[in-house]
Amino acid sequence: MSRQSETDDSRIENGTASDPMRPSDHVDGAGPADGGGGGEVNQPKLGLIGYVRFFWRQLTSMRTALFLLMLLALAAIPGSLVPQRTADPNGVVQYKADHPQLFPVLDKLQVFDTYTSVWFSAIYLLLFVSLIGCIVPRTKHHWQALRTRPPKTPARLTRLAGYRSVAVNPDTVTTAAGGTDAATGLPSVEHAVTRAMAILKRSGYRVERFGDSVSAERGYLRETGNLVFHAALVGVLLAVGVGGGFGYTGQRLLVEGQTFSNVLGSYDSFNPGRWFQQTDLKGYNLTLDKFVTKYEERNLDALGQALDYSATVTSRDKGGEAKTSRLGVNDPLSVGGTNVYLLGNGYAMGVTVRDGKGDVAFKDVVPFLPEDSNYTSTGVIKVPDAVPDQLGMVGFFYPTASKLSTGAFTSAYPDSQNPLLTLQVYTGDLGLDDGVPRSVYTLDTSGLKQIAGRQSDAASIELKPGQTKTLPNGAGSITFDGVKRYVSLDINRDPSQVLVGAFAILAMLGLLTSLFVPRRRIWIKALRQADSENGEYNLEYAGLARGEDPNLLRAVDDIARQHFALISNRSSE
Amino acid sequence: MNMTTNLATYSVVLTYSAMAVYVVAFIAFALDMAKRSGEVAAAASGAGAPKAATEQKTVATVQGGTVVLERVAQSSDGDGSSRRGTRFERVGMAMTILALVLHVGSVVLRGIAADRVPWGNMFEFSLTGTALIILIFLLVQLWQNLKFLGVFITGLTIILLGIATVNYYVPVRPLVPALESYWLVIHVFVAISGTGFFALGAGLAVAQLVQTYRQGRTTSNKIRFMETLPDADRLEVLTYRVLLVGFVLWTFTLIAGAIWAERAWGRYWGWDTKEVWTFIIWVVYAGYIHARATRGWRGARSSWLALIGFAAVMFNFSVVNVFFKGLHSYSGI
Repeated sequence: MSRQSETDDSRIENGTASDPMRPSDHVDGAGPADGGGGGEVNQPKLGLIGYVRFFWRQLTSMRTALFLLMLLALAAIPGSLVPQRTADPNGVVQYKADHPQLFPVLDKLQVFDTYTSVWFSAIYLLLFVSLIGCIVPRTKHHWQALRTRPPKTPARLTRLAGYRSVAVNPDTVTTAAGGTDAATGLPSVEHAVTRAMAILKRSGYRVERFGDSVSAERGYLRETGNLVFHAALVGVLLAVGVGGGFGYTGQRLLVEGQTFSNVLGSYDSFNPGRWFQQTDLKGYNLTLDKFVTKYEERNLDALGQALDYSATVTSRDKGGEAKTSRLGVNDPLSVGGTNVYLLGNGYAMGVTVRDGKGDVAFKDVVPFLPEDSNYTSTGVIKVPDAVPDQLGMVGFFYPTASKLSTGAFTSAYPDSQNPLLTLQVYTGDLGLDDGVPRSVYTLDTSGLKQIAGRQSDAASIELKPGQTKTLPNGAGSITFDGVKRYVSLDINRDPSQVLVGAFAILAMLGLLTSLFVPRRRIWIKALRQADSENGEYNLEYAGLARGEDPNLLRAVDDIARQHFALISNRSSE
Repeated sequence: MNMTTNLATYSVVLTYSAMAVYVVAFIAFALDMAKRSGEVAAAASGAGAPKAATEQKTVATVQGGTVVLERVAQSSDGDGSSRRGTRFERVGMAMTILALVLHVGSVVLRGIAADRVPWGNMFEFSLTGTALIILIFLLVQLWQNLKFLGVFITGLTIILLGIATVNYYVPVRPLVPALESYWLVIHVFVAISGTGFFALGAGLAVAQLVQTYRQGRTTSNKIRFMETLPDADRLEVLTYRVLLVGFVLWTFTLIAGAIWAERAWGRYWGWDTKEVWTFIIWVVYAGYIHARATRGWRGARSSWLALIGFAAVMFNFSVVNVFFKGLHSYSGI
């Protein structure tokens, strides 16, 4: 209750400790009694403007802000319960398969795009409107407050925080340095007041003299910090919302020796921001020279765990200047206005396929996708140019092949120590010419005839690097030229990133000042005694917290001691 | 044979020892609570013995022309800190310190065994996190007598350590490359520290709620020991100050996490489940701070929000880390 009574006191004493620019239901706000009450206003008739004002007050009230904050927290939960299209598109597909009935309902509710959904956006936009509606008048008010002098000293200080009164008389007052009046030799009130001003000023207070009293205030930075914090949050939102639209993210899989050029057609997938233009792509080339994984080899509990992924890349800008650099996890590469991130890796098979006529129908490196932590990988080789029939192969790759008791292969270690490629071979029409886009990682085997593999007479083809095997039915031959590593890269450009970071740091600084800089008033008052013959007077000290101020009493105490020590002839201890 | 395995084993032994000592501390703190009830009963039967909290007002006194300014007692407004601790309380504190020494020993050995910061997986995260909660609890005593939270804090620590050792224990392993970053040191450490302050704040909020309930009743009180605790208003202020520190640390966690996410995953914010929950916690505590500044919400209502916030913290730490799919999940088990 002590805080409340302080506030009440101040209202009695000077009527200024409440903050008129705070929302009416703020603890430090002016309160309904002062006519600022939003919900409690009891007006007989509200015109259109009246209603607008009413709703605006409602929206900018503390209670609404609180409600919206809680709602925002609540609304964020669904997005963590079901997979999100942006973060986990495969998860969404899986969810659809697992919950065929529930999926359309949830999808209608935009739960799979929670954070861009209408309802989530509505909440945070309302919150920010409420926030802006709160900080704009407060900023205006604070701007004025910054240029006004501290308010008049209250008539009575007795009921304020840390109040004390000490008597000064000729016995106690210092005779040095103007403690007594030069003409009369009596204790000098003037001296006490000027000293008070000096001490308060030195302690960072803004000081104003009113007669024989000094009114001082400090901690304007608290409100400044508060406003900066909230404004910076608006800044973050704007920077994310607007600035993010100028960037793009793209993905590209790159095999050792391959080169990527930064043009639209070069990306495997590309997500432009709203205001992206092709001219935003700065021309450069990036070659993957080498990719190395370091494995744990000693710790038996983590044998084969990857310790470090490291890619050596050479970039060439438009001028053709080559630069070789390292690209790693947590260690992106900055080139041509983009950041290049190493997000994945795997094995790519170098294969040469000759068709039934003995002509080379296919020679390429084919990336296989890793399926487990030991990099058992799967991939598809499509040979549309094979004559007489097109060839399709579904392959498994084992970097360190080991045979299970069932006869099936498995990979025992992620590094390429005993590489083996097995292939099931199909012939027929691959369906590449009908215009329907097909994934390079899947082979639609319906309508194809297996010529090597479990469903055919011939066994699967097994190849070690350098080996060549003939295909059954005179379909030709295949050579396993070797294994190469590939990396999957994210290539992003986000011009707003720096801005978002700057606003975030500004918010942090604002938060710190708004929470830990105390705002307080301190008064020092000299009361001449009416009947004094020897120039006795009383000195009064008191303070007032404006907002949270755990150290107010100590601060008043410190000021009082310092001040009294200066005008007294003895130590105050 | 193997240095790493040996050290890790010693670390586990120390963990169990620490847990045993925490249990002793917990019992001592609980006995202290019982003793407090007895004290209050005795005081009530005595002729109107004064309450532990006495208001100290210091005014300059004038004695025969001599002016004396007395230093204002800092702990002035009824926080019960002037009360001398019972023997049980002192035993509880001593045991907590001893347990923390063992606990820190186990954390350090684990770190040496792994040759990195000891918070690379769920087990280590729990181990280090609980040590920090206790450390923060002890350090806060220098600022304010909050020993009455001993039961809550040691109890929480025992439960968390129990879950960690039984369910999450994994042998020492190197970090996956994605965690190989100095941000692991900064981001996670600050997050754990923030959690420590949130835990303290939750304990204070519970005390505040009980005290509010008790003070609202005019009939005789069942929860006697609460009389030796600070009153509801004081507890409310203490909750707020502790949670403020937690909130600032959490804000930093959020920003540091975003910076790291940008380095590691190419985007500073992607609504990954862990990011979502960190955000939710931040918003709830922001709500708490607003609630406290809202007329009619300071007190019991804001305390409930503080508890909701801590529930979210615990949910984030346990359920989200272990059961939710997301980019952070490999830091799980």
